[in-house]
Amino acid sequence: MTDFRDETIQLAHGSGGRATRRLIEGLFAPLLSNPALDAMGDAASLEVDRSRLAMTTDCFVVNPLSFPGGCIGSLAIHGTVNDLAVSGAEPVAITAGFVLEAGLASSVLRAQIEAMAGVARAIGVPVVAGDTKVVEHGKADGMYICTTGLGRVHERADLDPARVRPGDRVLVSGPIGDHGITILVARSEIDLETDLASDSRSVLAMTRALLDALGPGVKWMRDATRGGVATVLNELADAAGVGVAIDEPEIPVRDEVRGACELLGLDPLHVANEGQFVAVVSGEDADHALESVRSVPGGEQARLIGEITEAPARTVLGRSGYGSARVIDVLIGDPLPRIC
Amino acid sequence: MKYVDEFRNAELIKRTAEEIRRLADPDRRYRIMEICGGHTHAIFRFGLHQLLPKNIDLVHGPGCPVCVLPSARVDEGLEIARGNDLIFTAFGDMMRVPGSHGSPLEAKARGAEVRMVYSPLDALKLAQDNPDRRVMFFAIGFETTTPSTALTILRARERGVSNFLVHCNHIMVPPPIRAILDMPDMTLDAFIGPGHVSTVIGCEPYRFIAEAYGKPVVVSGFEPTDLMQSIAMILRQFRDGRCEVENQYARALPWDGNPAARRAMETVFEPRESFEWRGLGFIPGSGYRIREEFAAFDAEAVCEAPGVTTLPSDPRARCGDVLKGALKPSECELFGTECTPETPVGALMVSSEGACAAQFKYAHVTISA
Repeated sequence: MTDFRDETIQLAHGSGGRATRRLIEGLFAPLLSNPALDAMGDAASLEVDRSRLAMTTDCFVVNPLSFPGGCIGSLAIHGTVNDLAVSGAEPVAITAGFVLEAGLASSVLRAQIEAMAGVARAIGVPVVAGDTKVVEHGKADGMYICTTGLGRVHERADLDPARVRPGDRVLVSGPIGDHGITILVARSEIDLETDLASDSRSVLAMTRALLDALGPGVKWMRDATRGGVATVLNELADAAGVGVAIDEPEIPVRDEVRGACELLGLDPLHVANEGQFVAVVSGEDADHALESVRSVPGGEQARLIGEITEAPARTVLGRSGYGSARVIDVLIGDPLPRIC
Repeated sequence: MKYVDEFRNAELIKRTAEEIRRLADPDRRYRIMEICGGHTHAIFRFGLHQLLPKNIDLVHGPGCPVCVLPSARVDEGLEIARGNDLIFTAFGDMMRVPGSHGSPLEAKARGAEVRMVYSPLDALKLAQDNPDRRVMFFAIGFETTTPSTALTILRARERGVSNFLVHCNHIMVPPPIRAILDMPDMTLDAFIGPGHVSTVIGCEPYRFIAEAYGKPVVVSGFEPTDLMQSIAMILRQFRDGRCEVENQYARALPWDGNPAARRAMETVFEPRESFEWRGLGFIPGSGYRIREEFAAFDAEAVCEAPGVTTLPSDPRARCGDVLKGALKPSECELFGTECTPETPVGALMVSSEGACAAQFKYAHVTISA
């Protein structure tokens, strides 16, 4: 039974917000339904000969191909590794498919593959298979990359939204919004100058430290990519049937990102990240969780930003610090600057 | 962050909230309209309505330019661009605003050449970079954005750019306020005036609200402390029996606004006899058109839109009553059923400044902070 009724696919279906959810839950999930898929994690959880494996797949469509802090090649490896990492897994191998546009300069392709190789080597995950297709000029933004990642689940990991309880705490691994704002500026649709760089990076060392320290005290993790922190927290609230209350003054956001968001009428909570994750940890382990992430290079700016509440269920609230609160909703479509 | 954090100071906000509670006479109601959509957005974003005593109602006014833009104008703009092979450019705000055949973003997904710009100057630059194409800027906004469109047209003429056009939908703040004040079911007590618009037109144009209609006006900035302070200033006028136009936003707003910006506007634009507002109907003298002297840049003068048809709007949609403050969004039959932020019937559901979108997001939750 599918209940996806939209007549055509629109850009909003790919933006990670409500329309994406409708497409996935209304079409893909019911038609392809099976226990591993139905769990709807960042990676599927599989058991093969008593080994717990995680498997994920991802497509990368980025314009421009290179931007401050990263490129489509590095993003493809980081994104795949991060999906495995927040599923509590250590990456074992990655495969990559390439859709190339006729006319793409070989030097550009070479630079992207070199970036992939460099990042994969640094993380210690091999790219073990690949495929290449070439499409006519004008049919792709230079190149698209599709990856699959296979990982082995950490032996102490027990990540499940059903284990999330009121009183648990919400941790974010560092300042949010860098990637989305960097891309917005790099597309040069908007005439802003910043020193910002994408946060594209692997979060593996941080999730590993967290799982080593807390084991089952870590209950849920997500990397906050498309749709930003607001979207993953709403997914959590829905999946766990709980409320999430965020203390807005605690959310780490760089001044450059805040400034750009103020100017453009965007909410940093809706802006994409490529190197930050959100975790729910049990209340009593929260300080230990924070220490363990902060002890990893790159995790120094991690913060506890809120807590799980009983009510209002299935809702994310932002508390202002002066006695008011707002509902933090998922994004509808892509974030568009407000001018007038 | 400088110039932001000091105006979001939690202690100051709490103190002003206490002052408001002291100033409000418990034996009466206060219905205060914030004219500007930017204020509506800020009120919801910072949860300011939760800090007010129950007898102060904030009524969301018509000052969200995309909310009041009628479908016919969106249809015409998109059809002119399609029929004349123009590149359609507009602010991000416009991209999801529904015409009767879809929004600019949907037109783009169907293959139309639609680009988002941050400033009309970006559209002019696009025209200069693509001399073999014609570029149209779909201009929206109140007196805040009108001067930048005027200056862009002046610059286009100065530089002899012949492939740049403007589809002008600029509108004014005072006429719809007068129209609302003249409505028989009007129950408003006071107004929070729009700070950004006033940096151009100044505070003088609101004098009629205080003098002819006896309603206090405080022109306000956009940060939480600004809005809270403005509400306190309104209450002080009631307490003291005063009724005047006051300027809370003095750090950015001289009483006389910006005469140079007004001169640019007046050079390029003139009032239309009448302009349609979504939900409010045609209001005399409420919109701008491009003067004949600049007709070469006027898409309405230069281009035909033969294929444009506008479907009648859904008669069940009560956008007008919501805009007037006569109806709460949730009291509209379509609210939350057929009209949602994803499938908006009216533009009040599109913009984060629209009363319906704001209500849709917040109504289902009782917040205890």
